[in-house]
Amino acid sequence: MKYYTYFPGCSCSSEGGAKAYNWSMQAVSKVLDFELVELEDWNCCGSTPSGSVDELGAFCLAGRDLAVAEKRGLDMVTPCSACYVIFNRTNSYLKQYPKLKAKVDEALTAGDLKYHGTVKVRHMLDIITTDVGYDAIKSKVKKNLSGLKVAPYYGCQIVRPGFGFDHPESPQSLDKLISSLGAEPTPFPLKTRCCGGSLIISEEALALELTQKLLESASSNGAECLVTVCPLCQTNLDAYQSRVNRKFKTNYRLPVLFFSQLMGIAFGIDGKTLGLNTNIVSPNAVLDRIYNPISYTTTHQIVS
Amino acid sequence: MVTETKTNTFIDEIYDIPGGESIRLCIQCGTCTASCPNADRMEHTPSQLIAMARADMREEVLSSNAMWYCLSCYMCTVRCPRGIKFTDLMHALEYLSIQAGLVHAKTLTPTMYRLFNHYCSMGNLSELWFMTRFYLQTNPLRAWRMIPVALNMLKRGRLSIRSRKLTRAGSNQLQVILDKAESLGGAK
Repeated sequence: MKYYTYFPGCSCSSEGGAKAYNWSMQAVSKVLDFELVELEDWNCCGSTPSGSVDELGAFCLAGRDLAVAEKRGLDMVTPCSACYVIFNRTNSYLKQYPKLKAKVDEALTAGDLKYHGTVKVRHMLDIITTDVGYDAIKSKVKKNLSGLKVAPYYGCQIVRPGFGFDHPESPQSLDKLISSLGAEPTPFPLKTRCCGGSLIISEEALALELTQKLLESASSNGAECLVTVCPLCQTNLDAYQSRVNRKFKTNYRLPVLFFSQLMGIAFGIDGKTLGLNTNIVSPNAVLDRIYNPISYTTTHQIVS
Repeated sequence: MVTETKTNTFIDEIYDIPGGESIRLCIQCGTCTASCPNADRMEHTPSQLIAMARADMREEVLSSNAMWYCLSCYMCTVRCPRGIKFTDLMHALEYLSIQAGLVHAKTLTPTMYRLFNHYCSMGNLSELWFMTRFYLQTNPLRAWRMIPVALNMLKRGRLSIRSRKLTRAGSNQLQVILDKAESLGGAK
């Protein structure tokens, strides 16, 4: 059994909007025989906005979590792309800027903490595809996903600015993961373009345009659903899909799954455990042929 | 003998912020602008911002809406042939803009960022309260229009009224650290 320090982040916490990502990840980790041990008493990483408001404060927010995690000596893994960038950026800035480090050290010392800069922070997709590996995943697949067309959406911050995991503009890990689950990754030219991020709140019109382009790219390439690796991307594509349809007079009905939900489906885990009922665009119609293969085959044959 | 008088220009100010020092490397090739999903919305494109900063146009740069349209997608950063961390530079400009009290009047992003940071500093971002407060503070009519989206999320268990709390010890520790940081006056 392999152990990791687990940093869910606010969105994937039990009170967050992406709790299904957390639930499905936990369920998948049991099948793949690794354990996610939640960091005790963690605080928000500060995400992107904090640094623009209070630069030093933002490094200290991330610094406290890293200092607490360091005591365990394990890799820290997070399912959130924003947390992933913030912690890695904090690590590299503390190494690169001694004056900044001295200040962060002084602040942490006031809270009886010390950070030596040794915590390796990784994204959940990296753990799944690098540490577990595609063959091990393949061996756990129980449901037949063949023919299911899935658009692999990486978004920005898992691959950029780039902390050693996959290509910044043309990544392949999620595509290969989808294949190893037996489903079919669709071509998705916009797979690393931005969904609008947190500007969906302050500049909604602009963010909806970006989201619309993604949905159009996925849909025109034949995708039946999208998978994401980030709680914010999922929210923008899923919860705001009705706003996109209204604004652009479109009619997208593309379920947006967390990649761990798709894994859970392939592993035969029930929908409730994976939190499929929390998805705003219901995946039920798309998943019907997987959960009820016999009735699907029959109707399908009659139709064809 | 020539006496050198050191004048602290805008570019020096940026140079002093961690991540800002690379601004001197820019060759004005425009790759950042071509890669930016929002460049067409900005009063000044990313490469123009650098040119303006070098021309010491402090006020014009810091009161621009440009950096507030940055999505932090890091496309400019990975494509810059000079290795400029442009996204970090945008964040540095946002920070300087807030510090100087020059934030662009028409963009709501600075208000959103401030509220966001307010919640983060307490240890946890409560999505429901953060968004409700933001909409009510900036445009109550929009809060009204967002009700269908919010209801859908509530119905599916995606918005929690209760927010996650740190233990008292953890929360105190965080506060002590952040108070100390504040007394140290910025990251440079």
